[in-house]
Amino acid sequence: MWIRFANRFRRLSAALTCAFLALTASAQSNLLNVSYDVARDFYKDYNPLFQKHWKAQTGETIELRQSHAGSSKQVRAVADGLEADVVTMNQASDVDFLAEKGLVARDYAKRFPTNASPYTSTMVFIVRQGNPKALKDWPDVVKPGVQVILPHPKNTGNGRYTYLAAWGYALKQPGGSERTAQDFVSRLLKNAPLFAAGGRDATTTFMQRKIGDVLISFESEAELIAREFGKGEFEVVYPSWSILTEFPVAIVDKVVDKKGTRKQAQAYLDFLWSPAGQENAAQNYLRPRDTALLKKYAQQFPPIRTFTVDDTFGGWARAFPTHFKDGGTFDQIYQLK
Amino acid sequence: MTTTGIRRANSEPGWLRYLLLTLALGFLFFFLALPLLAVFVEALAAGWPAYRDALSDPEARSAIGLTLLVALCVLPGNILFGIAAAWAIAKFDFRGKSLLITLIDLPFAVSPVVVGLVFLLIFGAQGIFGPWLAAHEIKIVFALPAIIIVTMFITFPFVARELIPLMQAQGKDEEEAAISLGASGWQMFRRVTLPNIKWGLLYGVILANARAMGEFGAVSVVSGHIRGETNTLPLHVEILYNEYNAVGAFAAASVLALLALVTLAAKSIVEWRIRRETQMLATSLTPERP
Amino acid sequence: MPSTRSHPARVLPGFSLSLGCALVYLSLLVLLPLSGLGFKASHLSFYEFWEMATGERALASYRITFGASLLAALINAVFGLIVAWVLVRYSFPGKRLIDALVDLPFALPTAVAGITLATLYSSNGWIGRYAESFGVKVAFTPLGIVVALTFIGLPFVVRTLQPVIEDIEPEVEEAAASLGASRLQTFVRVVFPGLFPALLTGFTLAFSRSIGEYGSVIFIAGNMPLISEITPLLIISKLEQYDVVGATALAVVMLLISFALLLAVNTLQWWAANRHHGNTRPSTGGKP
Repeated sequence: MWIRFANRFRRLSAALTCAFLALTASAQSNLLNVSYDVARDFYKDYNPLFQKHWKAQTGETIELRQSHAGSSKQVRAVADGLEADVVTMNQASDVDFLAEKGLVARDYAKRFPTNASPYTSTMVFIVRQGNPKALKDWPDVVKPGVQVILPHPKNTGNGRYTYLAAWGYALKQPGGSERTAQDFVSRLLKNAPLFAAGGRDATTTFMQRKIGDVLISFESEAELIAREFGKGEFEVVYPSWSILTEFPVAIVDKVVDKKGTRKQAQAYLDFLWSPAGQENAAQNYLRPRDTALLKKYAQQFPPIRTFTVDDTFGGWARAFPTHFKDGGTFDQIYQLK
Repeated sequence: MTTTGIRRANSEPGWLRYLLLTLALGFLFFFLALPLLAVFVEALAAGWPAYRDALSDPEARSAIGLTLLVALCVLPGNILFGIAAAWAIAKFDFRGKSLLITLIDLPFAVSPVVVGLVFLLIFGAQGIFGPWLAAHEIKIVFALPAIIIVTMFITFPFVARELIPLMQAQGKDEEEAAISLGASGWQMFRRVTLPNIKWGLLYGVILANARAMGEFGAVSVVSGHIRGETNTLPLHVEILYNEYNAVGAFAAASVLALLALVTLAAKSIVEWRIRRETQMLATSLTPERP
Repeated sequence: MPSTRSHPARVLPGFSLSLGCALVYLSLLVLLPLSGLGFKASHLSFYEFWEMATGERALASYRITFGASLLAALINAVFGLIVAWVLVRYSFPGKRLIDALVDLPFALPTAVAGITLATLYSSNGWIGRYAESFGVKVAFTPLGIVVALTFIGLPFVVRTLQPVIEDIEPEVEEAAASLGASRLQTFVRVVFPGLFPALLTGFTLAFSRSIGEYGSVIFIAGNMPLISEITPLLIISKLEQYDVVGATALAVVMLLISFALLLAVNTLQWWAANRHHGNTRPSTGGKP
């Protein structure tokens, strides 16, 4: 028995050493980009662009590794020791968390142009072909008898943006106040037959299971939906107001200083604002910050009036506890019932 | 062994047999066959070439390799533990036995997400041993070791739980007889115990193996999701699905289902061979009864 | 048998070795990590802990989680017994394949199971369509949770019963039959008591596995607060707020409840097994 145990142990430790070597041998010039779920297509195109650019400029071959999962799960992993050189997220509250933990500079949003968000998107309505319920704007969506599909507003990034978009719309109306906004949002939530597990699950529920009259999602995801389910199945409706969603990026100081990759990490993120990086964003249906480019792709990015989390909600640092922490407005809506 | 007379005494009336068979098959149809079919329908929705492409993707390959490696690392420890625990529990009486069994069951009841969290609380950068591990450049979380450890935790009860009721039902008379006839402990184990428990053991290993390969929640917390490095097959499935690549996701899922079927096929072959051997032995010893 | 306990004259070897190995492994892999959970939760004062553990949402989620798990485990106990019996005793075409299918719930990542089940049982799915015409909504209701948990726990009862049924000696049933017992009597009086410990084990395992299940349930549950929100979802919700302490507190509550339930079932089972063992001992001894 002991011999077998010893053998097993030897085998296990051999496997572990192999894994160690694999991880440390390539430690010279590689970057780990820890990112959110649907960013894969963007970085799959972007990484080769940067590799070519970096090789031309410095002659160095750089290895780029990607990690994708839910945004806040990813930053928790970084805080717990996942050695990310850069983080590219879909919500500032996630990067704020890393700043709080001392992994990222507190003024990370100022270290890069345009609020450290190289591209943006917005929340739009996806309705069935022909728009049978004639849903044009937010008030149509909260009418009784309309079923709305959205991901869990408390637990998912998509859901939170949807929640804030509706809240912000109500605030912008004449006579709008926090009270009318809360009432408006609670009517929206009453129309939800379920809370999907995530953005993708909401799409499946709406497109494949044919539940609901409207799906509220990122503009950029409409293209992914078309790719999976076909263009003729749905229509995109732009409401009169929506929220501008920003996708902040940051260097993880603690890691790059240890690995000595600050130069590469800086260049990697800077390149997102280069013409090539911006064009790549547009091609992936993310609104580039470059206004000229935005015009070039005007057909796929119709103009829409937007507000931001910063200007309407005082930033994520305030919006998050007010609405989504335990006892916040979301929980209050469900206690009033 | 099975003559018609005995068979009649040992089996249910015809109508009951059909009823039971229908119930069992109906239940399995709705809960297993249809979901499995749905997985394959989704996987092959874009045709065979797309399915093949999805699986020949280097990231998918690396995920398959990692999943197999993890299962391989996890099983031996759990087999040893399972046999040891079942032996102590089923063959001896001691105080706190129920407590011990309950502790063995506990990993089942812990939500997989919490399992991952628990190991982060210990080995993570902000965890109890985190600073020490970082100072010594030892990587546990977001690398292979943590994936193996959480999978061990998740699959830890299977073998033991499979063996305990079986060994209890068998009692200890045979082993006692072997010992009193002068067998050493090892001889008794190999000649008497092991042949008696081999099916239970095999079932336990198969279950643990299937679960080890399919575990998602706990591994997801400690893996770091680095593509081509720490993504196991179930994580790969989830990521592809979230990226609107349903064909890729379900193709990878179908591989997991196939891996389970392969282990079962292996079990069936072993079973068949052993049965054939014992039958040959039986026929050579006792002439067939009319 | 009480007599064996009062005279611990152990004939069989390996007690200390096996128990020692088991305890060391158990402590390193399970007890140590779980105590980390308790350690983290101890950052809360008792009042905060109590407040968090007994909030309206938390209580509703315990009801849903434990209720649905119990129901699913019961369904699995009944059908699992039938399936195991059929798989061991009867022969029919495709039996091997069906036997192999039983482990599917373990092999499929739980998220895939959840997505697939939600698609099958939603109102336009292969099954949901027909259920709906009978007025039963499955997906995105608490019933959906039961369906997912039944799927998740299915292999436990079948696989714990199979080796035990295979082990039943035909002579016992023959003897009962030749003494004039009907098939039902034989089953209830002779076969079932032998299966009972394993059945209870399978039930317990399916039940405890269901309590912690998250990945598959969230896709089919609908996740509406107070109606179809399971406790693991509340834990995730805490983690999404970076509230690790709160998450561990809820996890500790679940752990304690599960532990108490499991301990009760295991004690009951140990007691039942002992009694049964005392009754049937002569029959095992009579093996040639």
